[in-house]
Amino acid sequence: MDWNQFLFVVFPYISLTLFIAVTIYRVVYRPFTVSSLSSQLLERKQLYWGSIPFHHGVLWILLFHLVALLTPKVLLLWNAVPLRLYLLEISGFILGLWALVGVVFLFWRRLTVPYVKAVTTRIDILVLLLTLISMLTGVLTASLYRFGSVWFTGVFTPYLWSILTLQPCPELVAPLPWLIQLHVFNNFALLALLPFSRLIHILSWPLDYLIRPWQIVIGMRDRKATK
Amino acid sequence: MDVRTHMSMIFHLDKCIGCHTCSVACKNLWTDRKGAEYMWWNNVETRPGTGFPTQWENQEHFRGGWERKKGKLDLKLHTRLEGIFKLFYNPSLPGLRDYYEPFTFDYQNLFNSPKKDVQPIAEPISMITGDPIDIETGPNWDDDLGGSNIYAKNDVNLEDLPQEVREQMNELERLVFNYLPRICNHCLNPACVAACPSGAIYKRDEDGVVLVNENDCRAWRMCVAACPYKKVYYNWNTGKSEKCILCFPRMETGQAPACAHSCVGRIRYMGVLLYDADQIPTAANVPDDELIAAHREMILDPFDPKVIAAAKENGIGDDWIESAQNSPAYKFVKEWEIALPLHPEFRTMVMMYYIPPLSPVVSVTEKSLFRLDLMQEDYDFELFDRLDAARLPIKYLANLFSAGDEGTIRTVLRKLLAVRIYMRRKTVHGKVDSVSRKTLAEAGLTEEQAIDMYKMTTLPTMEERFVFPNYHREMSIKAILDPLTHKGEVGLGYIQQPKRGE
Ligand code: HEM
Ligand code: SF4
Ligand code: SF4
Repeated sequence: MDWNQFLFVVFPYISLTLFIAVTIYRVVYRPFTVSSLSSQLLERKQLYWGSIPFHHGVLWILLFHLVALLTPKVLLLWNAVPLRLYLLEISGFILGLWALVGVVFLFWRRLTVPYVKAVTTRIDILVLLLTLISMLTGVLTASLYRFGSVWFTGVFTPYLWSILTLQPCPELVAPLPWLIQLHVFNNFALLALLPFSRLIHILSWPLDYLIRPWQIVIGMRDRKATK
Repeated sequence: MDVRTHMSMIFHLDKCIGCHTCSVACKNLWTDRKGAEYMWWNNVETRPGTGFPTQWENQEHFRGGWERKKGKLDLKLHTRLEGIFKLFYNPSLPGLRDYYEPFTFDYQNLFNSPKKDVQPIAEPISMITGDPIDIETGPNWDDDLGGSNIYAKNDVNLEDLPQEVREQMNELERLVFNYLPRICNHCLNPACVAACPSGAIYKRDEDGVVLVNENDCRAWRMCVAACPYKKVYYNWNTGKSEKCILCFPRMETGQAPACAHSCVGRIRYMGVLLYDADQIPTAANVPDDELIAAHREMILDPFDPKVIAAAKENGIGDDWIESAQNSPAYKFVKEWEIALPLHPEFRTMVMMYYIPPLSPVVSVTEKSLFRLDLMQEDYDFELFDRLDAARLPIKYLANLFSAGDEGTIRTVLRKLLAVRIYMRRKTVHGKVDSVSRKTLAEAGLTEEQAIDMYKMTTLPTMEERFVFPNYHREMSIKAILDPLTHKGEVGLGYIQQPKRGE
């Protein structure tokens, strides 16, 4: 087995398996541990400058990645007009920078503020480190190898689908520069880390809040039924 | 009519001596844990004062409770969509500074200190970082500082009082304060429930206790900001929100909550109230001056045959109805109408009620000496006809308990005074005269009611103060479940510690 095989076939499958199995286990059997572990009570100024840019940046970027993965045609059609391509590229780049600035703030805060250090675990540091690498390699890729929104659909969409459909084609990523390879590998590492860390909060989109009734009343038993 | 049951607590503020026994009982039982040190599910504040957390009533700052916008009731904190966007950082969340940094003392130093020329001391250290700190504030830092220029002056309830009255409250000779014990109000229209994006907070149907499901809580901490009483706290260690649980495990076994049980002044009463859930949305959405009336309207008469029939229709058992009929809460809130909700204008429809305190008369200056402003003829009537001479301004109490409506407070205080005058005539003078009867009638009470009120205020036994129905917990196991399965779980199953996740 060569390195390429290990990094882009074996490792992705290990990380996907961990992601699915451990996430289910934790959400079902260890629900108390699932939390975003907010530290705003202890420190709020730097959190403001870290959390807001980071989350707003990263959520849009993730969304773009998802669109490229699921409906590459939409992306290609959008990019057919050069102006729109530039628009997408520039906004993607800015959002990436935005997220990068945020994660730097968050990291700095974790390492220097005593109140935050009091609630920091080694895994928290690892999460921020990998996230920082992810943002850094992503932003560098975007600036060094232009028009990612075009070649992504040509390279990554088929590669990721090949993984998901259990017919891996690592040769698609083999010729890429190491920077981009690192970005890919690092993101699989983040996926593997997700169920073991606070990153699990990403999965609790509270979107049903938009439609649920304001009030919730629960009884020990249904009164009318036991009347 | 949708009849439901609620366990409610009454606080008779005239009796509170500010001893904090309640707070300590609660702390020992529930919040003596890492991450919860700074929480006071039960706290007692001195009023006038800024309370805990500091200035919690200032909703322009903290944005708690509900707001009427174009006839519709909405959270003051956020619209639903805004709520989602503010998840990453919630600008209205109180910080640790608004509470206080929990501290302890480095007692080990007293034992381990190397030999020195000076005595070793136990330095204060933060319970969060473990580092030495300068203690700047703590729980009840302003205890008993009724006239303090730093605390009392910043009480938001004083804001619309005339300047001269405010100044008078700051003069040492005219100082006045009272105590305000507070727990979660277990509201009928709770803002904490409405604000939680995960839907992790809920109200129990059988007794109205509002609980956080800690397994569903994701630390979005919107509840902390939305509760206008600041009675949800965020545990910085476990990453989960926590709040007063009204000691439901105690209530389910027929015991009063720890705060009420331990109360030294015996100021607390508990009992069932029946209420009409259909009326909640309308009663929460009336103009300020109608709030108290609408609230009282929503509490139902447990002796009314129609109410009883509707309660049975809803599956409420006979013993709960009987308990509601014996409930001291019902007497104070509905029968005598002397117990009022705290800050009804927050519109969460609280279910804990306060009997506002009486206060001594103000003093006047005479030849540069101070003397109490009493009428010589008849001490008993010192206040009945001159409530404005009370040291605690009526407007101040109105801002606390009746959304600013002074009439409500006057009615309540006159009732309390009439009973006092009547009983004083009866026990001290040995006979009831026509004047005291007239006073009672003016206050809107019968002699029988006055005696009941007197007994319930001064002489009640434990059983009269706390009237608990049987919870029938044994029946809440679903019939379809194999009882043996359940038996296997109780006490023997796998217990998960409430540990912080990674
Ligand atoms: C689904 C949408 C998301 C929501 C609602 C959300 C919400 C939150 C919240 C409330 C916090 C705690 C902030 C505080 O300390 O008060 C947090 C922290 C964090 N989030 Fe998210 N998040 C989301 C998505 C993501 C994504 C996609 C990532 C990364 C890929 C991410 C990475 C992080 C990290 C690393 C922290 C820790 C920051 C620190 O060091 O304190 N989140 N998130
Ligand atoms: S007082 Fe209690 S029930 Fe009411 S909003 Fe606050 S936490 Fe919720
Ligand atoms: S124990 Fe009773 S008297 Fe003492 S502070 Fe608490 S409520 Fe007041």
